[in-house]
Amino acid sequence: MSAPTIERRPVKGASRFGTKTQRANRPVRIKERGVDRVFMVGVYILLTTFLLAVLLPIVYIVASSFSDPRAVSAGRVTLWPVGFTLDGYIAVLSDPQILTGFGNSFFYTAVGTTVSLILTVALAYPISRRDFWGRSFIAGAVVFTMLFAGGLIPTYLVVQELGLLDTRWSLIFPQAIGVWQVILAMAFFRVSIPDELYEAAQLDGSSDLRFLWSVVLPLSKPLLAVIALMYAITQWNSYFDALLYIRDPDLAPLQIVLRNILILNQSVTGMDAAEMLRRQELADLLRYSLIVVATVPVMLIYPFVARYFTKGVMIGAVKG
Amino acid sequence: MLITPTATPRGTGRVKDTSKGLRAARRSLRRHWQLHLLVLVPLLYFAIFKYWPMTNAVIAFKDYNVVDGVWGSAWAGLDHFRRFFDNPIFWDLLQNTFLLSGYALVAGFPIPIILALALNEVRQRFFKRTVQMVTYAPYFISTVVVVAMTILFLSPRLGLLNAALGWVGIDSIDFLSQAEFFRHIYVFSDIWQTTGYAAVIYMAALAGIDPTLYEAAKVDGASRLQKIRHIDLPGILPTATVVLILGVGSVMAIGFEKAFLLQNTLNLSQAEIIATYTYKIGLLNADFSQASAIGLFNSVINLVLLVSVHLIAKRATGRGLF
Repeated sequence: MSAPTIERRPVKGASRFGTKTQRANRPVRIKERGVDRVFMVGVYILLTTFLLAVLLPIVYIVASSFSDPRAVSAGRVTLWPVGFTLDGYIAVLSDPQILTGFGNSFFYTAVGTTVSLILTVALAYPISRRDFWGRSFIAGAVVFTMLFAGGLIPTYLVVQELGLLDTRWSLIFPQAIGVWQVILAMAFFRVSIPDELYEAAQLDGSSDLRFLWSVVLPLSKPLLAVIALMYAITQWNSYFDALLYIRDPDLAPLQIVLRNILILNQSVTGMDAAEMLRRQELADLLRYSLIVVATVPVMLIYPFVARYFTKGVMIGAVKG
Repeated sequence: MLITPTATPRGTGRVKDTSKGLRAARRSLRRHWQLHLLVLVPLLYFAIFKYWPMTNAVIAFKDYNVVDGVWGSAWAGLDHFRRFFDNPIFWDLLQNTFLLSGYALVAGFPIPIILALALNEVRQRFFKRTVQMVTYAPYFISTVVVVAMTILFLSPRLGLLNAALGWVGIDSIDFLSQAEFFRHIYVFSDIWQTTGYAAVIYMAALAGIDPTLYEAAKVDGASRLQKIRHIDLPGILPTATVVLILGVGSVMAIGFEKAFLLQNTLNLSQAEIIATYTYKIGLLNADFSQASAIGLFNSVINLVLLVSVHLIAKRATGRGLF
């Protein structure tokens, strides 16, 4: 926004505020530059504080995950690995429970994202069309579910009635469509698919589905990518539905395994100190490594979502 | 809408007395039957997984048992609601829920604004992008992992915080087993996780401010602080109002996930909120009717809150939230 401004013009031999003549020649009098400079120092200090506040806990986890089990157990690790080892990662990757969780989560994420994406487009495209009868009624019925819900147990009864309890589908279908994603897709279709395109396609004898498949979807690739990644991250991170609907440990997604290892074990604090010290140390270390391993997939794809997401929000904000 | 000669409906003569809407419906169904068919699948989803549960909520007024099912079970009137209101835990739950979400709302509201305003001042792109990407990242970490990190960080034996306290000579504290720390832990881990994400919307609002305002301010010799005070803050005020109002509207909808994971038997007196209590009554005690009554109570309060803040917003700013 700020094009190179007059104040930046470097002049050799001038003081910070320029020579007297230069000051007089300036078309604009710039007041309080010193104040601004102090202010900017404050801004940078503030932002660095934000940066470190977010970064340090993460650095601490990562540093611990590469450390020697004894150093971790003794709480000697701060921000750099102490006695570098890969023991934690070896323990994580040789635990069958964790590997099963990983496999299951990959399955739920891949299948769930596909189902969600198809259903979202199937809903959002028709109601984005101005000549589609019933669109406001459907949109209202969809948005209403954001405001009011039957509740935990009534939903559980539906899943039970459908025979989905303790099946993989119980993690795919009950949360398949996100209302927010539908709104996003609808707004995108409305803004970026001009009516003229549809009219032209119609003159050429294209059906609605053909138009959706060959024109709308190819033009909406960025949107589809964002929505898919949003669904994928949500699915990868969720544990609540699995807590409700899944009993069979072979079907448990990674987050449930994480909860068992990272959080439920934690409450067993009154453990006999003499008991299997070495295994305790390794168990401590494993927690840190497990956190890293479970979070890396999301951290790899989030920059892509972040970029588009920010862009999407901004377009929405500017266009009102 | 485009009306080509070939597309003129043939049957218009017959239905001229019926409303325009019905004619539009018939035309839409005939011309866009594929789209109507397409939309049926997601509608079926909403019917099954969103609206069917709403009808199932009727068991809040019945004595549900598995054999008779939802509609066969005997009516119980308002017994389950009365039982919940008479339960001494009711006021604790209400208080815990309101205090937790109210605290999270008040403490979490200004920080993203400060972050966005500060980021907006920075012209050095690399630094700006780095801060933005790093502060945004925790939003994508799962709740389970964030809670696990919090627990590790606060652990008396392993944690960094107690180690730091040790350096300044303070005995280690088991934060998670003391109820009075629960809300602070919840709220601050929440701020850690969501500030960067919440700042994005304010960054968007700031980007939408008319650049000529800044140029005018520069000509008038305004300092950066004055520009923030007189241009940036008024510029993001509408956004901030909406965010705050939405927050107030959803105080009762505070999530189950995190509170449940941070709970243990020692901090339950402050950590038990309506959502977690419903889960325990419903799935662990299998008292379906009681749990549905509590859930329904929560949903209704939530709806009332949302609709009232919407009306207040409409009156105050001239436009509603939806």
